[in-house]
Formats: sequence, C-alpha cells, structure tokens
Amino acid sequence: MARVLINLPTRAKRGEVIEIKTLIAHPMETGYRLGPTGAVIPRDIINRFTCTYNGQEVFRADLFPAVAANPFIAFFAVATESGELAFSWTDDHGETQTEVRQITVE
Amino acid sequence: MKGLALAAMTVVAAASAAEIAPTDRRSGYDFAGPETRAMQDDDTANPGMLWVAQGESLWATKAGAVARSCADCHDNAQTSMKGVAARYPAFDPALGRPVDLEQRINRCHAEHQQAEPWAWEGPELLALTAFVAHQSRGQPIATETGGAQRPFLEQGSQLFHRREGQLNLSCSQCHDDNWGKRLAGAVIPQGHPTGYPIYRLEWQSLGSLQRRLRNCVIGTRAEPYDYGAPEAVTLELYLMARARGMSLETPAVRP
Repeated sequence: MARVLINLPTRAKRGEVIEIKTLIAHPMETGYRLGPTGAVIPRDIINRFTCTYNGQEVFRADLFPAVAANPFIAFFAVATESGELAFSWTDDHGETQTEVRQITVE
Repeated sequence: MKGLALAAMTVVAAASAAEIAPTDRRSGYDFAGPETRAMQDDDTANPGMLWVAQGESLWATKAGAVARSCADCHDNAQTSMKGVAARYPAFDPALGRPVDLEQRINRCHAEHQQAEPWAWEGPELLALTAFVAHQSRGQPIATETGGAQRPFLEQGSQLFHRREGQLNLSCSQCHDDNWGKRLAGAVIPQGHPTGYPIYRLEWQSLGSLQRRLRNCVIGTRAEPYDYGAPEAVTLELYLMARARGMSLETPAVRP
C-alpha cells in the first residue's frame, strides 16, 4: 500500500464548492531511464486516477510518463449530499488502491 | 619570512571577510521560486509530508527483538522531540564524536529496539528522521558549538574552506563568496541546512543532508565521503553551527 495524503473539508454547506487535494507516494518510473547496468528501467506509473462521490464519478484523470513522482492532484467538486468520496489510483500492473473519506453536508 | 607572514595574514583577513553576516543570512527557501515555496508552505501539497506521515506510523510501531516502539520510551513526539533536531549533530560520549540525527535514530533503533540498523537513505530512516525533525519546525537551530564539539567544529570548518577535487573548489568559494549569483541556470544558495531531510524536485524524492553534500562534492569532481563518515558529520556540524539561530523548515522543498 502506497502512502496517501488526502485533504478535503469534513463538513460543507449544500451546494458549496469544495477543494480536494490528493498526494500519493509513487516513483512514476517513465520507462525511458537506464539503470546502473545500462538496462532500461521498466515503466511503472500510475496511469489513472478517479474520484467517486457516493458511487458517482465526479473526477477522472489519465496520467502519463511526464508526470513527476509522488503525483499531486487537486480538483474541485460541489458538495451535494452527505456520504463518502472514494479515491482510486491504478498503476501499470493493473493494481488499484482505493481510499475512502467521509463528508457531512448540511 | 616577513612576506610569508603578511601573505598568511591577508588570507586570514580574506577568509573572515567572506563569512556571511548574520543579517545577510538567507535560507534556501528565499532563493527558491514562488511555486516551490508554495509547495513547501502547504502541508497538503508538500510531498515531504508523505515521509513525515510514514515516520509517524513508524514512531508507534513496535520493532526489534524487544518489541518496543519509539513511543514506548519517548512518548508523544510532539513534546518529547520538539527542538531536538535543531541541536544535532550532537556529541555522543560513548563514541567520543558527534553524531547526526540519522545516526542517533539508527543507534537507538539498533541498541534499544535491538533491531537491524536501517540503510542510509532507506525509506524508514528518512521517514523517521523527517518525522522527528518536523517536530522542530520553526525552532531556531541551536547546535552546541563549545565543549567537546569544539575540535570537531573546527575540523568541519577546515573541510568547508579547503579546496578539493579536480576543479579545486572549496565549499566557501561558492556559498560564502558567490551566493546569489548563478551557476549555470541555478542560483547559488548560502548552503544553510535549514530544512533537512528535504524534498528535492531534482531527486523526485526526500533526501538527507549527507546526500546533498555528496552532490556538491561530486560537483567539484572530488571523491565523496561515505554515508555516515566522520568527515561528513563534522561538515554537517559546521553547517548547522554556521546557520545557528535560523529556523528549521523540515520537510523543506527545494529545486
């Protein structure tokens, strides 16, 4: 499990625009670099990030080798109802890490 | 003979004149671009906080043959470790020489937790060092410069002022005499270790002061010191003493 930092308000007013910031520890190896023996270091990046709000997708991003290590993704969403936000990062091995955060809308 | 003495005096005068006045001292933060500074200022955007978070969980994890965590002895790091990093490198009576924060943590890990020491620049040692140093953020650097540390501080000062490598450069020639000017595209900072371990964009990772020193030494085309070498620690000690009173920023973000 990679280390993840997610920042969003725990409470918001209905209709409020909230900022969500995410950081995940990942080398984002491009596949273009050579190792100490001259062999290519195989590509290993997170290629997709998604955020769902009570099951509905509200944000998605495709990532490419030019994205730096430990990708930081910040975006905005409208607080519509109380519930959970699920954040998923998928890497080149097809593995997905998902983190869930709760929000209370009043 | 008289000429020699005069020459020696001139050299001494030049060396002392080149030292940075306390009011002119500036952290690497002040030389960084606005985007880099913004990244450091916002804990939710500072990638160094990933290591701090890992260090926080290591602090509470039982480890080694005695199954003891850092918290079992040192309790809450927010109080027990506040200001600690600002005092390192510190003299270790058992070794008879100063040790830096990484060495102190690794010795504690090996002796009191009876665990395998962590590798230099390995993720665990970096994370725990970052977590401990983070507790001193905003504290003034207060490394001991007298007593038993004094001879080591002088050794460090000599290393800082000694020309070395194929380029025949000393640390002082860039960081005392030419700070603020450019070396290729990059601004030469004053070389104050205010935010270690730092997240360096060039590294795309967190790294220790010793790793940074190795970069500089290789840049002069000299042979770098091994990780944990006594020379490297005395150089760290001199740099911390040179930056006395400046605030710690760990984890700092630098280009």
